[in-house]
Amino acid sequence: MTADLIRFFTTNWIGQAIVIVAQCLAVTIPLLVAVAYMTYVDRKVWASIQLRRGPNVVGPFGLLQPMADGLKLVLKETIVPSSANGVLFIIAPMIAFMTALVAWAVVPFDDGWVIADINVGILYLFAISSLGVYGIIIAGWASNSKYAFLGALRSAAQMVSYEVSIGFVLITVLLCVGSLNLSKVVLAQSGWFFNWFWLPLLPMFVIFFVSALAETNRTPFDLPMSEAELVAGFHTEYSAMTFGLFFLGEYANMILLSALGAVLFLGGWMSPIPYAPFTWVPGIVWFAFKIAFLLFIFSWTKGTLPRYRYDQLMRLGWKVFLPVSLGWVVLTAAVLQFGGWVPKL
Amino acid sequence: MASLDRTARSFLLSELVTGFALTLKYMFKPKVTVNYPYEKGPLSPRFRGEHALRRYPNGEERCIACKLCEAICPAQAITIEAEPRDDGSRRTTRYDIDMTKCIYCGFCQEACPVDAIVEGPNFEFSTETREELMYNKDKLLANGDRWEPMLAANLHADAPYR
Repeated sequence: MTADLIRFFTTNWIGQAIVIVAQCLAVTIPLLVAVAYMTYVDRKVWASIQLRRGPNVVGPFGLLQPMADGLKLVLKETIVPSSANGVLFIIAPMIAFMTALVAWAVVPFDDGWVIADINVGILYLFAISSLGVYGIIIAGWASNSKYAFLGALRSAAQMVSYEVSIGFVLITVLLCVGSLNLSKVVLAQSGWFFNWFWLPLLPMFVIFFVSALAETNRTPFDLPMSEAELVAGFHTEYSAMTFGLFFLGEYANMILLSALGAVLFLGGWMSPIPYAPFTWVPGIVWFAFKIAFLLFIFSWTKGTLPRYRYDQLMRLGWKVFLPVSLGWVVLTAAVLQFGGWVPKL
Repeated sequence: MASLDRTARSFLLSELVTGFALTLKYMFKPKVTVNYPYEKGPLSPRFRGEHALRRYPNGEERCIACKLCEAICPAQAITIEAEPRDDGSRRTTRYDIDMTKCIYCGFCQEACPVDAIVEGPNFEFSTETREELMYNKDKLLANGDRWEPMLAANLHADAPYR
C-alpha cells in the first residue's frame, strides 16, 4: 500500500503534478502570510521610531490589521482608466506578482528543502528579478498617465543600474563558492557565524543590502513612488486588487532579496554556533530568523533615512558601487588565486 | 589629515551609523501618542464641539426665540421660526442648525442671553449620511439632555473669566 503510494507520487505524472502543486502551495501560502505580516511589522517599526503606536485596534495588538487591509483591497472595485490600454493594464500587476513568486523556486529553506535544486540557481534568480521590471514598465506605460509613466521610467533606470552592482556582488560570492547552486552556497559557509560570508566579504554585504533597497524601490531609493512628486509612481492609476498585486509583489520581492542575502552572506539555514543546542533548532527557523533580521533592517532604514535625489541615486549606483564592487571582484579573485583558496569543483 | 579623516568617515558610513543608532534608541522610548478611541486628551471648558439646546431644571426649554444666534451666525447655519405658545410665552417652532455649514466659531453661544444654545464637549458626532448632519430642534434638545451635566459644569468653570 505505502509502496503503491510512493510509486504513484514518484512515477505517475498525475502524482508528480500533485507533489509539485503541493510544494508550490507550501512555499506560496507561508510567503503570502509573511508578506501580510511584513506590512504589519513595517508599520509597527516606523510607528515606534516616530514614538507612535501603530496599528493596535483590529485584533489583539492590531494583529488582524493586514487581514482587514487585504479584505478591503479584494472587495473594492478595480478601476481601469478609460484612456489606459486595458489588456496590458491588467497584465502588468500579474507579471510583477508572478515574478516575485516564481523566484522562490530555487531558494533553499533547509538542507534539501528546495523546490527546484538547479545548478544555475543564482543565475535563475538574477534573470527573474530582471524580468520583474517589465511589470513596472508595462504598468507605467499602460496607465497612460504622466505620474505613472515617470515613475516607471525612474523605476526601470534604478533597477537596471543597481542590478549591475548586485551582479558583481553575486560574482564575488560565486568565486568563493565555486557553484551557482544556492544550496552549495549555503554549505560553503558551514561553521561559526564568523565563517559566513558577511564578515570576509563585508563591503560586498553592505553593497548588496543597499542595492537590494534600490531594487525593491524602498527608502532611501523610493523615487519611483516619491509621494511628493509622483503621487504613487507607476501604480498611481491602480486600485483594489490590481494595486494589491503590486503591493504583494513588492513585499514578496523584499522578502526574496532578504532571503537571498541570508543565503549568500548569513549562512542560509546554518545555526550561528555549530554545536548543540543550537544545531537542534531546525534550519528553517534559523533561515526565517535571518530573513526577519534583514527585513527589520529594511523597515529600520525606511524609518531613518530621507529620500535620495535622483542624480545622487545614479551617482551612487554607477560611480561608487560599480567601481567598488568591480574592484572587489578582482581583489577576491586575486586573493583566492594567490592564497591557494580557489574552491575545488 | 582632515581629508583622510573625512574619507574614513564616509567609507565607514559613520553618519549613517549615528542616524541608525538614534532611531534604534527612539524605538524603545515610551509612546507619546494618545491611544485615541480608548483614551482621550483633556478638553478645555471652552471647547466648542457639537451644539446643544439646554433646558431649565424644571424642564422648560431656555430658548426664547430672540434669534440673536441666527443673526450673528457668520455661516448662516442657523434657521429659527417662532410663534407665541398657548400660555403666551414666545418659543421656537423650528430651530435648525446645518452642521455642514457651521464653522464652530462659538458666536451663537456668546450671543445667547439665556445660555440656551451652547457648544458642548462632544466632537465625535460623525455620520454616514449628509442628511444626518441637518440638526433640528428635537436633536438639539436631546443633545442638551444628554450632555447637560457636562455643559453646566463647563459653563460654571468658565464663568469667572467672562
